[in-house]
Amino acid sequence: MSPDERERLHAVWADRPGLLGFLGTVDHKRIAARYIVTVVGLLFLSGMLAIDMRLQLSQPDMRRMGPQQYNEAFALHGSTMLFLISVPVMEAMALWLVPLMLGARNMAFPRLAAFSYWLYLGGVLMLWLPHALGITPDLGWFEYPPLSGPAYSPGHRADIWAQMITFTEVAALAASVNVVATILKMRPPGMTLARMPFFLWAMLVASLMTIFALPAIMLATSMLIADRLVSTQFFAPAAGGDVLLFQHMFWFFGHPEVYIIFVPAVGFVSSIVETFSRRTLFGHVPMVLSILAIGVLAFGLWVHHMFAVGLPRLGNDFYTAASMAIALPAGLQMFCWIATMWSGRPRFATPLLWVIGFIATFVIGGLSGVMTASAPLDLQLTDTYFVVAHLHYVLIGGALFPLFGAFCYWYPKATGRMMSERWGVVAFILIVGGFNLGFFPMHVLGLEGMPRRIYTYGPDMGWGTLNLVATIGSAIAMLGGIVLTGNALISLWRGKPAGADPWGAPTLEWAARSPPPQHNFEEVPVVTSIAPLWRHGDLPVMTGLATDRREVLVTSVIDAVPQYRHHSVGPSLWPFVAALATSGMFVASIFTPWAVVWGAIPIGVALVLWFWPRRPRSATGPLARR
Amino acid sequence: MNGERALRRVGDLAGLPTSAQGPRNLVWWGNISFMAIEGTGFALAIGACLYLLGQSPHWPPPGDSLPGLGWSGAFTLALVLSELPNLWLIRQVRAKSIARVRLGMLVMTLIGIALIGLRWFELQHLNVGWDHDAYGSTVWMLMVLHTSHVVTELVETAVLTVWLYTHEVGDDQLGDVEDDADYWTFVILAWVPIYLLVYWVPRWL
Repeated sequence: MSPDERERLHAVWADRPGLLGFLGTVDHKRIAARYIVTVVGLLFLSGMLAIDMRLQLSQPDMRRMGPQQYNEAFALHGSTMLFLISVPVMEAMALWLVPLMLGARNMAFPRLAAFSYWLYLGGVLMLWLPHALGITPDLGWFEYPPLSGPAYSPGHRADIWAQMITFTEVAALAASVNVVATILKMRPPGMTLARMPFFLWAMLVASLMTIFALPAIMLATSMLIADRLVSTQFFAPAAGGDVLLFQHMFWFFGHPEVYIIFVPAVGFVSSIVETFSRRTLFGHVPMVLSILAIGVLAFGLWVHHMFAVGLPRLGNDFYTAASMAIALPAGLQMFCWIATMWSGRPRFATPLLWVIGFIATFVIGGLSGVMTASAPLDLQLTDTYFVVAHLHYVLIGGALFPLFGAFCYWYPKATGRMMSERWGVVAFILIVGGFNLGFFPMHVLGLEGMPRRIYTYGPDMGWGTLNLVATIGSAIAMLGGIVLTGNALISLWRGKPAGADPWGAPTLEWAARSPPPQHNFEEVPVVTSIAPLWRHGDLPVMTGLATDRREVLVTSVIDAVPQYRHHSVGPSLWPFVAALATSGMFVASIFTPWAVVWGAIPIGVALVLWFWPRRPRSATGPLARR
Repeated sequence: MNGERALRRVGDLAGLPTSAQGPRNLVWWGNISFMAIEGTGFALAIGACLYLLGQSPHWPPPGDSLPGLGWSGAFTLALVLSELPNLWLIRQVRAKSIARVRLGMLVMTLIGIALIGLRWFELQHLNVGWDHDAYGSTVWMLMVLHTSHVVTELVETAVLTVWLYTHEVGDDQLGDVEDDADYWTFVILAWVPIYLLVYWVPRWL
């Protein structure tokens, strides 16, 4: 590429400076970075809520919180962690990494990515702005009717929660469609499905699961809002409705959701294990098959969240068996990772430490999962602290530890700087140690019968000591989180320059500069193996993608044969405006049903202007310019 | 340079076309994905209806009247028949016949307007309020869900028609028309199970 062409390419892909450039950008890296920064802020807020609750429970008969405040704290904590942090951060990692790992210049639908973030931000504000004004949902993260119905929850707390779901789920669906289309149609020449890195398989499966799981929760919460706003009777038993319908629909989404969070984490772990063991993943094909199996099985387990509601015995037996079956592919992955490390030459840098912390912690969570999968045992353990311990081992150990590892692993690519290894190890020890100290005792508390969602307990129960230990552990983990964030912030200025490929990694993103320019790659890489950067010292490329307009290469789904050069749309304010209009409609619709009708008009106008193709006026036909 | 590695040129893409039709086109996959999302939504709404129906000893409950078959029959017939001009339109897209594509889109817009009219009268003859009981709520949910798709598709078709008549049409816009027509087929297919569930299942039970 000549210097002239290079300059043109930069100019074509550059964002405008100033506010308009900020609001209009369609650079997948900027959008994903916004997602991640928002998530870090929310992790802090949500962590503070957790500390608040732990302080309240650290001793019997504490009076610093009343029952209402406690209900609000755990409802806000759970909803934020599940809907505003766990799923969005995985989408964000996909938005950031997928084009880079494909050697592509942007996502398939750049403006949809921007729309996704703005709508997600709307969901964040939907939950947290009312909280700042003193109106907080107080029914936990799954707001079952009839408690959340019009009879028992007057006011708008439940509506705020239900509509926050709509925001975040539309955002996640938009991101997932983007990821699926990008992975299927924008792989570089030579990257057949058989040569696709495992991480991309994980993101593809997670995105497909999102597409088929999230409509369930949107429908359930829309029915709940309709019951509350226009007096439909879906969940009103007196008029033929059924409250368990809500639970079925919620968990038809809710159980796959756990895997929508976990499957990308499997992708992070596999990338890290591969790079730091300096060999390709042991059992790549069984790993891919296992993740596909998880993707399917996850949709057949939801009733194990409902063992205690009194369903037919045969149903319980089936879901017990299905829940235990999913441990098989998950276990297979564990053995593949261990075999990769065992047979490789592992280098124990911080990302790999996080993987080891993940394996140890997640195995404990998996085993307590197999325990609670058994319907008779679950009847004893449900709604106790055993479940609180289990879900945190699975979600923190299974998703956040790999995420922290991924953060440390790709940080040099994103910023061009290395994070401090020493402080990385300190954060790792504080978080993993503090977490296990904080949450392991909860298993015992649960077995001793301590129910979840209680704001205090009497001294005669004998739960004080273990609760104090749990509080101390949580505080240590929180401190570790602050060290991790501080390390990331300080390394932005003080970190050593990273270079393009500091870890000697095999996948294409490490062939781009650190941080990557807005167009990521100047030429299209060509792939000849599953670990392309380990195959050749140089980088085989194809030239010919335009430098005078935004262009991406579209290839065939199975064999990644080049098909055509697709015009990739540029920056636009309309995704932001469309998200504003959609937000306005969502917010107004908790007050009046007419908002859905009148609110659709500005959304329609924004979408039309967003998609309006700019081409010359017609010279033919009845309406031609004459 | 891509990063710090030396580049080795193994081919050139400059000779590739700059557009493609059907499943080769990137946007086609976005369209299919949204159909998957909304199809899942329809399937779940139908599932919710079947669940409530299964929990209830009578469907509709005693005292509720059955929905009328007149306007709904007219709507269904018109909707199913509209697939014929829709298929013709797709053929014109493949043949890149701009004048006929414009005409086809105009026809589809008019058909859409007529269908909304029929739907309006159909909704007057459901014979149950959404707030009456869970049966009424479910019927209205299915109808609102489908009607919102008819309206969205009509607006999209109408806007695209105006654009097509006033601008020079390129290959990408032909792709847009094809996606729009595919989506219309989806709206028709989605109606079939809903029609049976709302109008005939209560009569057969």
